[in-house]
Amino acid sequence: MTRQPEPLIFELSSPGRTAFTLPELDVPQASLPEGHVRDDLNLPEVSELEFVRHYTRLSQKNYAIDTVYYPLGSCTMKYNPKVNEKAASIEGLSQVHPLQPEASVQGSLELMYNLQEALKEISGFAGVSLQPAAGAHGEFAGVLIMRAYHESRGDFKRTKVLIPDSAHGTNPASSAMSGFSVVEIPSDERGNVDLDALKSECDDTVVGLMLTNPNTLGLFEENVLEVCDTIHGCGGLVYGDGANLNALLGIARPGDLGFDVLHFNLHKTFTTPHGGGGPGSGPVGVSQRLAPFLPGPIAAKAGDHYTLMMPEQSIGRLKAFYGNYGMFIRAYTYIRMMGPTGLRAVAEHAVLNANYLKAKVAPHFPIAVERTCMHEFVAHGDVSGTDIRALDVAKRLIDYGFHPPTNYFPLIVHDALMIEPTETESKETLDAFAEALAQIAEEARRDPELVHSAPHTAPVTRLDEVTAARKPVLCYKG
Amino acid sequence: MPYLPHTEADRREMLSIIGVSSVEELFQDVPTSHRCPELQLPKAVSEMEILDELYAMALKNSSTGCFATFLGAGAYNHFVPSVIPQLASRGEFLTAYTPYQPEVSQGTLQAIFEYQSMIAALTGMDVVNASHYDGATSMAEAAIMAVNVSRGKRRKILVSPCIHPQYRQTLRTYLPGDQVTITGDENLRAGLEDLKEMLDDETACLIIQNPNFLGELMDVEGLANAVHGAGALLVVVANPLISLGLLKPPGDYGADIVVAEGQPLGAGLNFGGPYLGVFAAREEYVRRMPGRLVGETTDTQGRRGYVLTLTPREQHIRREKATSNICTNQGLVALMAGMYLAYMGKSGLRAVAEMCYHKAHYAAAEIDKLDGYRVVNSAPFFNEFRVKCPVPVAELNAALLEESILGGYDLQQDYPHAENEMLICLTEMNTRQQIDRLVTALASVQGV
Repeated sequence: MTRQPEPLIFELSSPGRTAFTLPELDVPQASLPEGHVRDDLNLPEVSELEFVRHYTRLSQKNYAIDTVYYPLGSCTMKYNPKVNEKAASIEGLSQVHPLQPEASVQGSLELMYNLQEALKEISGFAGVSLQPAAGAHGEFAGVLIMRAYHESRGDFKRTKVLIPDSAHGTNPASSAMSGFSVVEIPSDERGNVDLDALKSECDDTVVGLMLTNPNTLGLFEENVLEVCDTIHGCGGLVYGDGANLNALLGIARPGDLGFDVLHFNLHKTFTTPHGGGGPGSGPVGVSQRLAPFLPGPIAAKAGDHYTLMMPEQSIGRLKAFYGNYGMFIRAYTYIRMMGPTGLRAVAEHAVLNANYLKAKVAPHFPIAVERTCMHEFVAHGDVSGTDIRALDVAKRLIDYGFHPPTNYFPLIVHDALMIEPTETESKETLDAFAEALAQIAEEARRDPELVHSAPHTAPVTRLDEVTAARKPVLCYKG
Repeated sequence: MPYLPHTEADRREMLSIIGVSSVEELFQDVPTSHRCPELQLPKAVSEMEILDELYAMALKNSSTGCFATFLGAGAYNHFVPSVIPQLASRGEFLTAYTPYQPEVSQGTLQAIFEYQSMIAALTGMDVVNASHYDGATSMAEAAIMAVNVSRGKRRKILVSPCIHPQYRQTLRTYLPGDQVTITGDENLRAGLEDLKEMLDDETACLIIQNPNFLGELMDVEGLANAVHGAGALLVVVANPLISLGLLKPPGDYGADIVVAEGQPLGAGLNFGGPYLGVFAAREEYVRRMPGRLVGETTDTQGRRGYVLTLTPREQHIRREKATSNICTNQGLVALMAGMYLAYMGKSGLRAVAEMCYHKAHYAAAEIDKLDGYRVVNSAPFFNEFRVKCPVPVAELNAALLEESILGGYDLQQDYPHAENEMLICLTEMNTRQQIDRLVTALASVQGV
């Protein structure tokens, strides 16, 4: 990483300097619309070389999968294959307008259809819509689908969504956006949904349960069949948060386990790059009875012709056009290159890596719930006998050349460090990471200030987030 | 197996340290009845083979490179300078996570701060978030924000019928009927005067698109006063966003929230996504805003740095009380839009916008001369305009396609009164020769 400060692009600007080129205007000039023309536009004025250096230097202030290990729990920061990028930039697939006549986009529709079919097979569902643009968007779709299903049966009294206390924050937020109230269900000491608590909330006002499986402790829900039966018993539906699907590829299909609806994160499980915050892609899969309610349009096949169709009782469209199609190309490429055997090997190695790393980390940082984990695990990140907290450990890892794990989540574990190795990391990398954690535990006792004041090697030290929020500076003011 | 680094020796040693004898033992919590189904998927292929498969699919498409393209309607065929994909595809940008750890994310954070600043300048607004999924979802989130600004007391959303039809559909998906009333577009001919009359003390916001979906510049004089007089917010969909290189920004005429589709700023067409939801607002509403915000601050040594800020608005802190459920957004596309604005710069964006304007006006004038065709815009336009055609647009487009011309949008699909009306779009990518070819083709089709 470069540690040199980089000016803002505005600070590199000089009046009259330009980078762009355009062809000469080859039509007559029309008079500009009176009263509608703006006076000024304060954009930077830089040369092409300055521009290239600016963004290149900015890039060098980032950690990324391509440069360092990224053990971020529930984020599945696995390797993003380079062939995906080549695939997504094939001109015949990418330079296509979304409103072109269907006959001129048969290739794109075929790809969407094939991806829908593959996701159905992987998840055990009857229908998939690729439209949601991210995981939370897919969740929102899922909750709206559950709502539409109940309403289609004349059942309007269902108003509460049950959500385990280990859930991602998007689950309650998506439920609230759909107009429902949220009831939190506690976890038991083995990290499962507390069945008694669940049963006591099950009545005819339950829309459904939003269940992450494996959950955010990295544990497979041991009573999953009973949990699904319980919810179905009171007329509710089971929503699956697919953020952790990586552990289940070829191992178990949510549709077979009794889930009614689930969103996929193509940017986690299916190797589309995270892009520093997106774009993601959050297709939603559903069982037979929910298929008519999918958001659309979705791709369909009629004979040897592909078309777009709106499911008959669709909740409607969730965005313009068809979804983050560029991500579909990448995910499809990945699924085709892994095949069924490769996908199962992905889950097996993700789980192997997590259990191996858990065994290596446990002597230094106790594990929150000691069970065989799936693709990730949660450790307590404080160092006993010191005032070193999970945040300090996370920041000190930066100095060792590792991205910090997810920290302080899930909320039910104090000082949580949530660690997801993913299957693409080698044993050597995991060993080095475990060794770094052991060293930090040692440093915490020997030289706590070194850990408190970490990181020391990044472009900046810890930042004043309090002032940033109290006196927000959100734009360059010149 | 691609991307899996383990050797047989690695696996054996790892299993022994875990204390199990096989990988299968790790999956004992999975019900045996459903464990390890055989997935019916095609078997794995190599990189060479998948690329061949994709090239074959690409051949079943006609890309815009095969056509003279006159189709816009929410997705625009603009030129993408080479520097943008080259730099945005650097692994350090492409494969980074959301910048929750600011010390190792200063590149992404500063680039988004610059994006926010440039969009603020472009729209004339105070604060800009780090993006939504697309223009349509930005608009839906703006409506929710307007309701929240009224603390839920105002639950009527007034929408102009001249907003992109898919945006209005998305709004209705986001806000099912029992939560709010969405009205104003029942009469597809409703103008601003009609909408103003519908303002009342229930109204959370009025949403207009400018230039509107029919390509026309709205007469916004006095509009903000009327909206604010009723205690509501003015939300402007600033599509096509390139127009703001030339036209007055919505901040100048009193908008409270500005949303837009950011795709024209360097993102390419990509069959509809990934695109970019632009979202900007006045400063007084910043704590009601959805989405991520990057702010400037200092580190413990006093050096300037950037962080995600005002996070108590967001789902990972506030859960069901958050301003939105949004988490992952369109970060890389926002980065690219920032790059586009910086690269084109002050004079380049103006030049592109003017070029779109002049090409559209040349094309409109030439088409209007044709027998049977008439430009029917009732107001000035930017780069899209309405043409009344002698035959149904679908028929016309089929004939144009034969000539390798991708014709305009069939307005009659959404506006039944716009019989045989085509919405034609011009960008800097259309040469005069292409325009002349379109005019010739239209003339020859006239007798269909």
